[in-house]
Amino acid sequence: MTRFVERHPTWALIIIIAIAVALWLISAVWPPGLEEAIGRKRVFLNALFNGITLGGLYFLVASGFTLIFGLMRNVNLAHGSLYLFGGYVGYAISASTGSWILSFIVAFILTALVGVLLQVLVFRRMEGQDLRQTMVTIGLSIVFADLMLWACGGDFYQIQTPSWLIGPIELPLITAVKSSGDPVYLRYPLVRLVIFLASAIIGIAMWLALNRTRIGMIIRAGVDDRDILAATGVRIQIVFVLVFALGAGLAGIAGVVGGTFQSLSPGEDIRFLLASLVVVIVGGMGSIPGAALGALIIGLAEQLGSVYIPTYAIVVTFLIMVLVLALRPQGLLARR
Amino acid sequence: MSVTHDARIQVHKPASTAQRPAVRGWPDINNPAAWIVAVILLIMPLIANGFFLIEIFATTLILGTIALSLMFLAGYGGMVSLMQLTIAGFAAYMVAVFGVSGNANISLGWPWWLAVPMALTLATIFGTLGGALAVRTEGIYTIMITLAIGAAFYYFTNQNWAIFNGHTGINNVATPHFWGVDWRADIPFYYVVLATAALCYFAVEYISRAPFGLALQGVRDNPRRMAALGFNVNAHRVAAYAVASFIAGLAGVLQVWNYRQISPGSVSVGACIDVLIIAVVGGITRPVGPYIGALVFVLLRTFALDFLVKIGLDGNRFRLLIGLGFLAIVFWSSDGVIGLWQRWRQSQVREENRPGGGRGHG
Repeated sequence: MTRFVERHPTWALIIIIAIAVALWLISAVWPPGLEEAIGRKRVFLNALFNGITLGGLYFLVASGFTLIFGLMRNVNLAHGSLYLFGGYVGYAISASTGSWILSFIVAFILTALVGVLLQVLVFRRMEGQDLRQTMVTIGLSIVFADLMLWACGGDFYQIQTPSWLIGPIELPLITAVKSSGDPVYLRYPLVRLVIFLASAIIGIAMWLALNRTRIGMIIRAGVDDRDILAATGVRIQIVFVLVFALGAGLAGIAGVVGGTFQSLSPGEDIRFLLASLVVVIVGGMGSIPGAALGALIIGLAEQLGSVYIPTYAIVVTFLIMVLVLALRPQGLLARR
Repeated sequence: MSVTHDARIQVHKPASTAQRPAVRGWPDINNPAAWIVAVILLIMPLIANGFFLIEIFATTLILGTIALSLMFLAGYGGMVSLMQLTIAGFAAYMVAVFGVSGNANISLGWPWWLAVPMALTLATIFGTLGGALAVRTEGIYTIMITLAIGAAFYYFTNQNWAIFNGHTGINNVATPHFWGVDWRADIPFYYVVLATAALCYFAVEYISRAPFGLALQGVRDNPRRMAALGFNVNAHRVAAYAVASFIAGLAGVLQVWNYRQISPGSVSVGACIDVLIIAVVGGITRPVGPYIGALVFVLLRTFALDFLVKIGLDGNRFRLLIGLGFLAIVFWSSDGVIGLWQRWRQSQVREENRPGGGRGHG
């Protein structure tokens, strides 16, 4: 942190000012002039929270993607299909048993199983041939998309939010002051906050597991130099299978989350594949903190963009990607 | 030397070995099969009726030209770009925006001979800028960045109503009509498409042997060494994107004249990936590959429904068929249908003469 400030004093200053402005925008009661210029504070706060929670969802999808890439150099373009598959499984489970939690567990296990099968049956056969692996994942994504369209049809599905999470919660953030002088507090759906917390916990747990455990050490070593790691006697194929299972399982969980937040339909796989691509390009390939930062930036850009410049929301996301590529082609938090 | 760059080289390695003898002269001149194909293509209107002429052969040639631009980038430059269809779609949109169409409030109503060069210029600029972005990263990242560009363009056309008219797109695009000929009538249009495709094909063949193309292939095989020899690696790559964008733009103009409309559906991510499938199935080592791939693709797309129903399956599973076919090609023959054909021929000609050299690194 201090190293960053020392090396890039201007950037650090800009970031600090931006954070201060953001904090003021969130906590203060907006003066009337500002409300006139950019609209009601409630709208802004809602977009902000939507962006952050959407970022949580993007992080779930992209972290698995970036983990798999970091270790195996495999750009898994079928990752969106795993997301959609997890979502459909979660829908089936929650519709038949009524248990939301159970749907997460089953979706994780089943998508992880698909991931293991992919790694063992397909990718192990073409190790080190990045381009061919990528082409295979493209083919697989087409096949999976059509199989899922076959099985589930083109309808929209939404996973039922459990009753204990339905409804808004009042946050200690003032959106406006009534004429009587009473403050109006922000009301926000509880389920989105819970899901965001859960994805934050998953992210921190992953970071801890990668940085504080033995298996994490092995994975980090594998990211740096796969061949030397294998030469030291680590059974790298087992590590590969484990990481692929974890990455795929995370995509499955994200599918259930996405099915609860939004809806599941054919085409969502491409949307989330694109989102994870942009997130990891912005954040840096193979880096978990990078995925978190990228997901936050893209989620915020998408939601704030769709509120304030609706026609060009997608362009904002894209411009961020272009800017990062132009200034720092390896991504914001990548080491290389 | 190639171990460090295996990302891009793996697919092309058999290509360069298989191609070496062909590099020296125009390879097609001595090949009777090529002459036969050329004659058949020229007299096609005598053989085929309107449906086959336009829906099968003209569509094949247009799709094949888009895939040819991808083949040029991937085969000679080692850059697999998924945005070639996006560039073609951009050119098509520009023809519709600058030219005459049913949406009078969007189209500027320029005559075609002004709108088309404008569209081609803009498409080339668009593709070159995208390429300049993509070459900032190496190998496998190119796929991701170009896919992201393609997807962003698709979502943008869906959202933007001022220029791209949202998800309805632009309809009733006017087609050229001069010298007393309606150039969109079946037979003239077929010849326009054929001439453009032939032009692009021979241009790519020529460039692949010109100094620029040879330098590009050097950049593909070993960028570091080329940089050490004094070649500007990135400039060659960006220039390759510019050439490919122009080819894709030409195909895009033909496409909008063919369907007389353009909508976000034609630039969707699935369609972008279809172009990759066409190029890979045909083979990305020689310019003829994309056209073969396009023919297979168009035939499948047109007749798979009837065929699947006939053998008692659900006719809607066309994409499953395409996906499985693509997987099979990627698994067993890394240079597509041409690779299969070449290997079969080689095994016929000299079985003892191949100590595993032509084997497709399985």
